Amino acid sequence: MALLSKKDANLILDPLADNNPITIQVLGICSALAITAELKASVVMAISVLFVLAMGNVVISLMRNIIPSKIRIIVQLIVVAALVIIVDQVLKAYAYELSKTLSVFVGLIITNCIIMGRFEAFALANGPWKSFLDGIGNSLGYGIILIIVGFFRELLGSGTLFGFPVLGNPITKTGLYATGYENNGFMIIPPAALIVVGIIIWIQRSGNRALIEDN
Amino acid sequence: MAVNTDKNSYTVIFAAVMVVIVGTVLAFLASSLSDKIEENKRLEKQQNILYAMGVNENEGEGSVSFIPTDKVAGEFTKYIKEQLIIEGDKITKDDQAYLIDLKRQATAAKNGDVRKLPLFIGNKDGSKFYIIPMRGKGLWDAIWGFVALNEQMVVQGVYFDHAGETPGLGANIKQRYFMDDFAGESILAGAQYLGIAVAKGNNDPLNKIKDDNEVDALAGATITGNGVSDMIRESVNLYKDYLETIRVK
Repeated sequence: MALLSKKDANLILDPLADNNPITIQVLGICSALAITAELKASVVMAISVLFVLAMGNVVISLMRNIIPSKIRIIVQLIVVAALVIIVDQVLKAYAYELSKTLSVFVGLIITNCIIMGRFEAFALANGPWKSFLDGIGNSLGYGIILIIVGFFRELLGSGTLFGFPVLGNPITKTGLYATGYENNGFMIIPPAALIVVGIIIWIQRSGNRALIEDN
Repeated sequence: MAVNTDKNSYTVIFAAVMVVIVGTVLAFLASSLSDKIEENKRLEKQQNILYAMGVNENEGEGSVSFIPTDKVAGEFTKYIKEQLIIEGDKITKDDQAYLIDLKRQATAAKNGDVRKLPLFIGNKDGSKFYIIPMRGKGLWDAIWGFVALNEQMVVQGVYFDHAGETPGLGANIKQRYFMDDFAGESILAGAQYLGIAVAKGNNDPLNKIKDDNEVDALAGATITGNGVSDMIRESVNLYKDYLETIRVK
């Protein structure tokens, strides 16, 4: 990439695979389990986290030299909560429909450990531009996993993608259902996400031996 | 900058300044936007009430579209013929009844005051709709909605909404396929106001049986579904006395 130095580019590319926030750092697992029953919710959550994490990382990075270390977690929490509430209020006033869609995600974003995790691990020790890239990279890595999990859970659990039936109609038995195929109701409930994430980790680790710890 | 950020005095001052700054920004934002937000909420209520009685811009399968905000005030006065407030035996007309806060009324009732119950009477293509506002509890937060009844106490349409149900699971109560199932169900079982239960395993996924007071539940959203059942039953029972006076037996 000509636009970014190699080091900067790695800040974005690393979290996509070898340092993925969900599968390697185990950050943001809670929301990955909760809201991936549908692809649409996964995409909305991924985009929201992208904005909040990139912006939050920059703000925390700018403040990194003046934040007292004793209360840094509280300061981080206030920054992210304030950011999210400001966006939420502005949307409520000027884009009400959109704010209705996003309102349920507000609480999930504020308490998402990927946000606090990146503030702590990166933004407090690096400059704003690097922190911005780190925010983008990590939220993309998070988003990819969310979308993969959402894809499989919605497809196998409801037989739809983005709400459109792709396997036929389970009630009138058309399409694939005519052959006796059934939706797996287990995929709808949150524990199924744990299994899908587990399988992703398994595939990722067997493809890259460097990720496996020595005993 | 050679500030010792570990000193207690610095920490306290930093915390105080931070709270003042963030508090000021949020308070300023909240007060400058509150008029606009209130207006949006008011129009949304009109949209919801009209949606329940079937005045909406739904196109095709799965779409949930309200009357646009610039037209909703006009349509609301066109279709909603009367707005009543029921306080015990006293029934008054009030064209601001839709603004009554149900949560506040529920608290008032708990404190021993008489509850103000708003009810909207709509008229579309010559048929009358009695629209009851509802409020209840989901899994995480409040759920609310409107149910439109005809004189036989058969549901003509519903609208549900929620504050914070899980996306993809409980949040699906505001999806078309869930709300549409309610139309045609009766809230009566004999002479009893039973409401409509969101039932798991009622063996009627297409909802062809309309006299069982049941609709098919959402997978993975048991508690939200139970919340919807409770909300409908409790809400229609509040209006029982009034509904008995208008019911065509």
